[in-house]
Amino acid sequence: MARTDTKRDVVIVGLGWTGAIAGIELAKEGLNILALERGPDRSTVPDFKYPEVIDELRFGIRYGYMQRPKQSTLTIRRSLDEEALPYRRLGSFLPGDGVGGAGIHWNGQTWRPQAQEYRLRSYVEESFGADVIPENMTIQDWGITAEELEPYYDRFEYMAGISGQAGVVNGETLEGGNPFESSRSRGYPLPPLAQQPDGLHFAEVARQMGYHPFPRPAANASAPHVNEYGMQLGPCNYCGFCARYGCLNYSKSSPQTCILDALKRYENFNYRVNSEVLRVTLAEDGQTATGVTYWDAEAEEEVTQPADIVILAAYSIHNVHLMLLSGIGEPYDPRSGTGTTGKNYSYQMNGGTTMFFEDRQFNPFVAAGSSGMSINDFGMEQIDYAAEGFIGGSYMTCGHSNGQPIRGIAVPEGTPSWGADWKQAVGTHYGHSTSLGSHGSNMSYRDCYLDLDPTYTDPHGRPLLRLTFDWKDNDIRMTQFMRQRIEEIVEAMEPDSWQSSYKEDGAIYDVRPYQTTHNVGGAIMGENPQTSSINRFQQAWGQHNVFVLGASAFPQNIQYNPTGAVGALAYWTTDAIINDYLPNPRPLV
Amino acid sequence: MPPLEQYSPEYLNAAEWAFVMAATARIIPSDGDGPGAIETRVPVFIDLQLAGDFGNAADLYMEGPFRPDAPDTLGPQSPLTPAEIYRGAIEAIDTACTDEYGSVFADLDPTQQDEVLSALEESPSTSGSTQDMAEDSGGGAMNTGGSTAFGLAPELKEFFALLVQNTKEGYFADPMYGGNAGMAAWSYIGFPGARGSYAEWVGREEDYPLGPVSISGERA
Repeated sequence: MARTDTKRDVVIVGLGWTGAIAGIELAKEGLNILALERGPDRSTVPDFKYPEVIDELRFGIRYGYMQRPKQSTLTIRRSLDEEALPYRRLGSFLPGDGVGGAGIHWNGQTWRPQAQEYRLRSYVEESFGADVIPENMTIQDWGITAEELEPYYDRFEYMAGISGQAGVVNGETLEGGNPFESSRSRGYPLPPLAQQPDGLHFAEVARQMGYHPFPRPAANASAPHVNEYGMQLGPCNYCGFCARYGCLNYSKSSPQTCILDALKRYENFNYRVNSEVLRVTLAEDGQTATGVTYWDAEAEEEVTQPADIVILAAYSIHNVHLMLLSGIGEPYDPRSGTGTTGKNYSYQMNGGTTMFFEDRQFNPFVAAGSSGMSINDFGMEQIDYAAEGFIGGSYMTCGHSNGQPIRGIAVPEGTPSWGADWKQAVGTHYGHSTSLGSHGSNMSYRDCYLDLDPTYTDPHGRPLLRLTFDWKDNDIRMTQFMRQRIEEIVEAMEPDSWQSSYKEDGAIYDVRPYQTTHNVGGAIMGENPQTSSINRFQQAWGQHNVFVLGASAFPQNIQYNPTGAVGALAYWTTDAIINDYLPNPRPLV
Repeated sequence: MPPLEQYSPEYLNAAEWAFVMAATARIIPSDGDGPGAIETRVPVFIDLQLAGDFGNAADLYMEGPFRPDAPDTLGPQSPLTPAEIYRGAIEAIDTACTDEYGSVFADLDPTQQDEVLSALEESPSTSGSTQDMAEDSGGGAMNTGGSTAFGLAPELKEFFALLVQNTKEGYFADPMYGGNAGMAAWSYIGFPGARGSYAEWVGREEDYPLGPVSISGERA
């Protein structure tokens, strides 16, 4: 069975943050829009309501809001010589599923990259010389600047109701914020979250050491907020169930709390769930897309959906998968270095030190997803790459985002993982530990990329995406540098004991333990079609009516959580579509 | 709730039930501070999990070809579901116990049972835990142990990690899943369960005064 539906002005693939932003902005222009979401529909009520949603086993451990590998997964290998095997059970990263996507289940840590990160290769070459860039490192400039993006960050942060303390507004440094941040045009829409004793203790010690602590910017509302779409956030009640959960309290910024109910009021906007896009269809000459083909699970048939504009707004790796399956751009070849689709996958280099304080009570279950105090004193723009022997940087945060017991109770090194001593240790230490962690950049490399797997297929018979990735010396040196800085601070915080966990020489990418869902690259933006998949407006170089939103655009990973940049770029691109592309559809560069 | 001895397992057969009862009693023993796996009915939790979507690998990618002997760091690659892994591993362990000690695991004394569990944990074919103890801190530690009589076949190698993980899940999950009876494990560590509202407690370094509630509204 197959059918062809009526042509639309715009088809959007995926209804998470970027699909919702593009949807509402283009709906306001009166365009006829269809969004296709492969997962189920989800709303705060009934899907995230109290108390059912704060079920650690169902959502925190069995991943109730995540992609099911049975439906969609990828294969992973660590080198060109290894056989890639399926990511059969979720572990290292957790792609979202359904309406809202990963915007449902994030912690809400919302950052703006530093100005240097958008033009990283140029910055490194100008400041330290091209010689400091290792031969196999393939970092690039984004083709855009912090100044150009500033209004779009502002737009995203006010739409999402971000809580925080600005550090630099119109060039003026403000007390209590991040003094190293790129200048912003105004402060955050909401004041910072209230902090817990562990973060406050860190901040006091860090300040004494000459560092510049500030509250981590949060998509957890510290106060009521009404955004430009008339959507309302209520103040966070610190329930301690943020990442991996939908918000029961209308407090965490998400497509549900910030956009979707307003978007659904536009009669020219429609969306279909359980509708997985199989490929983008191209015109005979390959120069434009004609629409998409998707699988309608309810009707059990393949649907041809014509459209004038196709917006890929799926999760990063799924955007790349669709491009490879559809012939959008030339597949990247790591041996020759040619082609662009799949190029420059990168991840995130994090580490942390756990501290035990016997006599303190941190009540870990009292938490917002972005609780914690941070410093940016070892950010990318602060480090002398030539002197230190690596390219990269990290921000550091002390605090906790949940106290859920199955997900892990820190116990001192040497404690057995089971038996009487384990039971005693979890009773002794629950509530009396915290961590100071580094969240750092990850560079891109010639042999870290995405392509199609030669062996394994998905339920539609399509080849799975294949990820080739491993940790590299440069990034291990970066995290070891952060470890030294963190351990100095930890000593000054005077815990009873502490222990560190950072990647060390020879570290191999292990797909099992959760690390981060900050998978970026593969459809990177840049300055020319030989080295990037999309131009500075996130428009495919080869098909001007295809736009690709999301962290797949990052040419290497930033030192921050990606959602702030993903949201700002979505606004930047929809602005270009409305003001520049619609009046005269063409390549914008 | 019937006593544990009268519980009729949904998935586990009698020998498997006896194994799970005995093994979880050593993984979270009843002596010392805090409840053990038996008082909190962890074996019921495990049985119900194995009978349901978790045991049946309902969410997992189970298409071949399978490479069960692949490096652990590439994640589970067994063709077997978790329920099948329990079945195969318990049978293999009971056979090895009978060879080594003269009786099945459940009939050994606690010291011998601990020896067997330690041997399973240290076996070179045992996979590391799939749950991360320190989410924000990156990589997981690898098991490196010597060889033992209790090394399982590659397609069963995840068994010990699953057993320990599932035992802790049953200990700390909401009681509706069959374990954490009376929310005793939550009371022990001081976790208030499904209260879900602490705005008035932010920044206060005092013991939280209220006991746990469950999703169904029980209070401890």
